[in-house]
Amino acid sequence: MLKNKHLLGLEGYPREDIQTIIETAFNFREVLDRPIKKVPSLQGVTIVNLFFENSTRTKISFELAQKRLSADTVNFSASSSSLKKGESFKDTAQNIEAMKIDAVVMRHPTPGAPKHLTNFIDSVIINAGDGTHEHPTQAILDMMSLHEKFGKLKGLKVGIIGDIKHSRVALSNIYGLKIMGAEVTLCGPPNLMPKNIEELGVNYSKDVDQVIEWADALNVLRIQRERMGRGLVPSTREYRSFFGITSERLKRHMKEIVIMHPGPMNRGVEIDGEVADGDQAIILDQVLNGVASRMAILYLLCGGKKVEGE
Amino acid sequence: MNEESVSRTINRLCHEIIENNSNCKDVVLIGIHNRGVPISQRIQNKIKELIGIDLQRGSLDITFHRDDYRERLVVPELMGTDINFSLDGKIVVLVDDVLYSGRTVRAALDELNSFGRASKVQLAVLVDRGHRELPIKPDYVGKNVPTHEGEHVDVTLRETDENDSVFLIRNRD
Repeated sequence: MLKNKHLLGLEGYPREDIQTIIETAFNFREVLDRPIKKVPSLQGVTIVNLFFENSTRTKISFELAQKRLSADTVNFSASSSSLKKGESFKDTAQNIEAMKIDAVVMRHPTPGAPKHLTNFIDSVIINAGDGTHEHPTQAILDMMSLHEKFGKLKGLKVGIIGDIKHSRVALSNIYGLKIMGAEVTLCGPPNLMPKNIEELGVNYSKDVDQVIEWADALNVLRIQRERMGRGLVPSTREYRSFFGITSERLKRHMKEIVIMHPGPMNRGVEIDGEVADGDQAIILDQVLNGVASRMAILYLLCGGKKVEGE
Repeated sequence: MNEESVSRTINRLCHEIIENNSNCKDVVLIGIHNRGVPISQRIQNKIKELIGIDLQRGSLDITFHRDDYRERLVVPELMGTDINFSLDGKIVVLVDDVLYSGRTVRAALDELNSFGRASKVQLAVLVDRGHRELPIKPDYVGKNVPTHEGEHVDVTLRETDENDSVFLIRNRD
């Protein structure tokens, strides 16, 4: 089985385990092409989706993955829960676990919340995004999509464009891609870059055209409108002219490049509609691979017997 | 069994399949990974040679349908399922190397349902070694090899190993 009981983040994650997850995910992709897209692998396994923050894509993707594996699922969202009545995070989690569950998929606005959860519950925990920290399942589906397109990850040149500092998608992608031997260049406004670029082992360029020229693939991140008007990004128009992946810009470069976006997109801001719908974009493949990757992760983490002492 | 007897046995299986299914109308072959796949390929070739019909063929990886997955600790080795046609109304001949407990076949029958409703499913195996744990019976048997628990039937094939052979291996104690 995989070396770690949980999937909390990709920082320091074993290379061969990422490889196993991606390979298994391709097998599940085949299942998703069948007339009946369901296998009984996780029959009798109960999984709780604990979402303390809004999400459509990730939540639906996880739910579908669980249903395709025949697991039983329960959904919990913070807005309709006892947290509103003042119950603590710990009590909520312990109460849910007391109902005999096997795994928890959690999204939480606080970085480190899933790790914190491992201190007082015993189930397998999968991080579905914790604040500005990590979003490991997104990075795995991104890597799977790159692998599908290029047949490898090692030596691949990937540009990540946008607000890296506040992006859990970016951070998990950086960790994952570096572990798999890809090269990463970040691009975006300097004030939205992480402080430890060197430590992460990635390059930085503030010239998006240079990155387009260099990269095999671009992962374009959403510019979060929440950040506008807080002095971080002056305006959407200015952002678009400096860092937007516009159709004119891509045409100018006349090269083949794969475009990814984790969604939701702001068409006309960080990416043009024409680019997002174009032949170079694999954004919808990413969505399908998301279900397959999450099936692989759940299958590999919830399948085997628990090892003593873990 | 040596090279020659393996090939003679597969030939006989082909004749039986043809005879049983009025010249193979609507018959499709599905090999179960690992060694059922090359055997199904040989059956396909042989039937083509005999009656000139190229049967559709697919392969099945039953890993996701195993009933013992939660008991095991190792990462499963996946070969992938490849069936790119509908099984609706077809006569499916499932092919495997060794029939033992019947659990693999049970899982395969289960998985076949995901690809449509076959009108009939038949089972062809190279070796039947007995000790069934489920009510499953093969339609075509290459060789019956009565075994004791603890013994092991080792099948090798040109495609996956060095040569064709079937050995019965006894435990030392």
